[in-house]
Amino acid sequence: MLNYDLVVVGGGPAGMAAALKAREEGVEKILILERADTLGGILEQCIHTGFGLHYFGEELSGPEYAGRFMKQVYDTDIDIKTDTMVLDISDDNTVTACNKFDGLLTIKATAIVLAMGCRERPRGALSIAGCRASGIMTAGTAQKYVNIDGYMPGKTVVILGSGDIGLIMARRMTLEGAKVKAVCELMPYSGGLTRNIVQCLEDFGIPLRLSCTVVKTHGRDRLEGVTVANVDENLKPIPGTEEYIPCDTLMLSVGLIPENELSLNAGIKLDRITNGPTVDEYRETERRGIFACGNVLQVHDLVDYVTEESQIAGEGAAKFIKGEKKTGEFISTEGTNGVRYIVPQRINRETDKDVKLYFRVGQVFKNVKLVVKCGDEVIMSRNKKKMTPGEMENVLIKLDTVKSLSGDKITVTVEEA
Amino acid sequence: MKYNVAVIGGGVVGALILRELSKYDLSIVLLEKENDVAMGATKANSAIVHGGFDAKTGTLKAKFNVRGTEIMPEICKELNVPYRNNGSLVLAFSDEEVEHIKELYARGVANGVPEIEIIDGDRVRELEPNVSDEVKGALLSKTAGIVCPYELTIAATENAVTNGAEFLRNCEVTAIREENDVFVLSTTLGEIEADYIVNAAGNHSDEIAAMIGDNSIKLTARKGDYYLLDKSYGGMTDHTLFQCPNKMGKGALITPTVDGNLLIGPSAVDQEDKDDVDTSPEGLEFVAAKAFRSIPSLNLRGAITSFAGIRAHDESDDFVIGFSEKNSKFINCAGIESPGLSAAPAIAEYVEKLLTEKIGANKKESFNPVREAPVRFRNMAKSDREQLIKKNSAYGRIICRCETVTEGEIIDAIRAPAGARDVDGVKRRTRAGMGRCQGGFCGSKVVEILARELGVPMNEITKFGRGSKIIYDRTK
Repeated sequence: MLNYDLVVVGGGPAGMAAALKAREEGVEKILILERADTLGGILEQCIHTGFGLHYFGEELSGPEYAGRFMKQVYDTDIDIKTDTMVLDISDDNTVTACNKFDGLLTIKATAIVLAMGCRERPRGALSIAGCRASGIMTAGTAQKYVNIDGYMPGKTVVILGSGDIGLIMARRMTLEGAKVKAVCELMPYSGGLTRNIVQCLEDFGIPLRLSCTVVKTHGRDRLEGVTVANVDENLKPIPGTEEYIPCDTLMLSVGLIPENELSLNAGIKLDRITNGPTVDEYRETERRGIFACGNVLQVHDLVDYVTEESQIAGEGAAKFIKGEKKTGEFISTEGTNGVRYIVPQRINRETDKDVKLYFRVGQVFKNVKLVVKCGDEVIMSRNKKKMTPGEMENVLIKLDTVKSLSGDKITVTVEEA
Repeated sequence: MKYNVAVIGGGVVGALILRELSKYDLSIVLLEKENDVAMGATKANSAIVHGGFDAKTGTLKAKFNVRGTEIMPEICKELNVPYRNNGSLVLAFSDEEVEHIKELYARGVANGVPEIEIIDGDRVRELEPNVSDEVKGALLSKTAGIVCPYELTIAATENAVTNGAEFLRNCEVTAIREENDVFVLSTTLGEIEADYIVNAAGNHSDEIAAMIGDNSIKLTARKGDYYLLDKSYGGMTDHTLFQCPNKMGKGALITPTVDGNLLIGPSAVDQEDKDDVDTSPEGLEFVAAKAFRSIPSLNLRGAITSFAGIRAHDESDDFVIGFSEKNSKFINCAGIESPGLSAAPAIAEYVEKLLTEKIGANKKESFNPVREAPVRFRNMAKSDREQLIKKNSAYGRIICRCETVTEGEIIDAIRAPAGARDVDGVKRRTRAGMGRCQGGFCGSKVVEILARELGVPMNEITKFGRGSKIIYDRTK
C-alpha cells in the first residue's frame, strides 16, 4: 500500500495543472497516474497552434503547451506513473490501479483529483443506417493516425459534425493531400470556434453544410460513399434532398462525453447536462476530498480554461488536505432561459474568494442581455453581442457579492436587450 | 491436400460439426471464405437459445431446437463459453394474443419442450417490472437461455483445431468436381481433395449444393436490423421478451446478452443480395417502435451500435439437413434460420452420427473436450489479477478502457488456434472496442498490436479482412 496526500487521475493539462497548483500550495506527497505512455493527454496529438493565447499570451502548439507544464512537473518531485490505468476508487479514497511494472497498485490518498478528460461520441450513438465498412472513425482517432502514427486514414473525406476536432482535421487532412469534400452539421450553426471555421474551412475552400446530416453509409469492405440530406427544424431528414457523395472516409466530430465511469463507480453524482460531476466553487464533488477538473467535469473548447479550472481544483484539494476547506451551507447555481448549465453547481456561502461561473448557451443569441440574479436581486447585467453553443462563457462574481447574498440560488439567464 | 471430410462454412453450425468430427480418427478441414469464423449469420443474430415451442411440430426445426437447447449448457461448459439460462416470455397484448400463446403452449407440449407455463399479466410484471401495463399474459419458458454465438463458434473451432482439425481462412470454394470417387474443391487457396463434404455455407449453401448439381435448396436472404444498448441498460429485462406475431407482422424481441448489454431486434426484410448487411432507417425504426411496446420506458439514447444480420430462409420453411439426393457423400446443412443457433449443437450431433457411421470412423482417445477459458481480466478478483500480472506483465497493460481488456488478452486472442487476424476478430474474442466508445481509443492500439504480432506494417491490418483497410500510406 502506497500513501499519498494527493492522487491525480490523469496526466493531461488538467491533471498537471491541478498537481502543480497543489504543490505550490504546500502539498508534499503527490502522485499523477496516467494511462498513456507520456504526460500531456490529448494535446500530444494536437500539433496545430492556437493553444495558450489566454494563459500564456502567446500562440503555442498542443505539445508545446503540454510541454511547459511537463517541464514544471519534472522540476518538482511529484511522482508520475505512466501507462497506468486506475481501476477503482474505494469509499475510503483508496485508489486501485495497474500497470506492467508494478502490477496491481493500492494507493491510499487523502484527496483525489479526477482529471480523466473526455471521449468522442461514436457512430453507434447516432444510429446512422448503412454498412459496417472500414473507414468510419472519429476525428480524434483519425488525428492520432496522422499526427502520432504517421499514417493516412483516408484519401477522400466527409466530416459529420463541426466540432473543433472535426474542423482541425478537415485542414490537417487537406494539408496531407486528402480531399475533404464537405463538413456536414446537423444544427443550423457550427459547434466549433469561429476562428476554426475561418482558418480550417474557409481558408481551404471546404464547404460547411449546415442543417445537413449523413443518412446512410455505403460500401462493403472500405467505405465507398455517404448519402447526405438536409434536415428540417425538427432535425429530421427532408425527403428528396438526399445527395450521394463518394468518399473512402467518414470522420465523426459529433460531440465529446466526459469520461466518468470511474466517478460513477465511486458513487459520484453527475450533472445531467454536463455529464460531469456536480461540484462546488473549488471543484469538490459530492464526495468529500474528491475533486474534478478539465474535460471530465465539463467539455471545454480552450485548454487555457482547463488550466484555470484545474488550478482551482488543485488549490481546493490543498485546502482540504490542510484541513482549511470550508464546508457549510451552499448557494446553488442554475442556468435558465437558454443557459444550459452552470459550473460550479454550488458555492459555499463561506467561500474565501471570487467565483467565476462557467456556462454554455443552448442556441445562438445576438444582441441580448446576460443577467445574473439571486432571487429577485440582479447581481449583474451585461449586454452581449453574440453567444453561441460552441463557445463557453463565464461571469465573475466578486467575493463581496457572494458574501452579501441572502437567497439560496444564483440564476444566470438570457434576456432581451 | 487430401482430407476425409471438408466442412464448408465457419459459422456456428460448421464449427460445431468440425468439433464433433474432431473426436474421431479423421483428417478434417474447415474452409471459410472470410478472414475469420463467425462472419455470416452467426455474428449478427438474436443470440438466444429458444425453448422450442415456436417451430411446427414434426419439423426438423422443432426436433433440433428442443435437443439443441437441452445440450447447449453442457457444450458451453466444455468450451468455456458464457451461457445463461435466463428464461423467456412471449408477451400477449390482447385477448387474441392470449389465445395465440395458448396455441404456442400446446405446440411446446407436443414438441416435448419442458418447463413451460402460461402466466397472467401481473405475474409477468412481477418477474419483469419494466414490461408494459398493456401486457395481459405471457408464455414463460424456463429452459430458454442466452449465449454468445460468435464466442461459441470461435471456441468450437479452437477446440477442434487443438484436437487436430485444420482451419483455412480466406478459402472460398468456387467449384466442386468428383475424380475417382474423391471430391476436388477448387478454392481461392488452390485445389483441396476430400472424401466427404459438409455444406454449412449459410446464405451461400444453395450455391455450394448447386456445384454438385443439387438444386433442391431455394434460399431467400432475410435481413434483420438490431440495436445494441450500453451495459447500463442491460438490466431493463432479465428474461428474453418476445412478442406474438400478428397481422401487423412479426414482433421484435428485447433480451439481455451474456455480456450484460441489451439487444433489440430484428426487423425482417427479404432481399436479393445475400451479403448486403446494411442497416436501414426503416428497419431500425421498426425495431424501435416494436420494442417500445414491450418496455415503454426503453431509451434508445443508450444505443452503442446498430447492425444487421441475414438469415437463410429455405422455401420449405424448414432446415435442410442430411445427405444430398444427388450425392451420398455430400451432406447439406442449409436454411438454418431461427432457431438455428439453438439447434446448432443438435445438428452437429446428428451430422456426426450420420457421417461417422457411414465412414465407419473410430473415436480417438486423445480427444480433449475442454477449451480452456480465455483470461478475462475484467471478471477477475484482485488477488488473481495480481498473480496474473506477476506471471505475465502484458496483463497489466489495459488497452480497452470501456471493457477493461489487457494487452495480454489481445495477444492471446491472436496467438490462439484459429486466432484473430483483424480488428473485428480481436473485438469478438476479447471485447476490445465493444464498449461504449466503440474503439475510439483502443482501435489504433489494437492495430499496432496486430501488426507487431503478425509481423506486418500497420497499414496491412484490416477491420475484417478483404479490402477493409483501416489506414493507407505513411504521411508525407
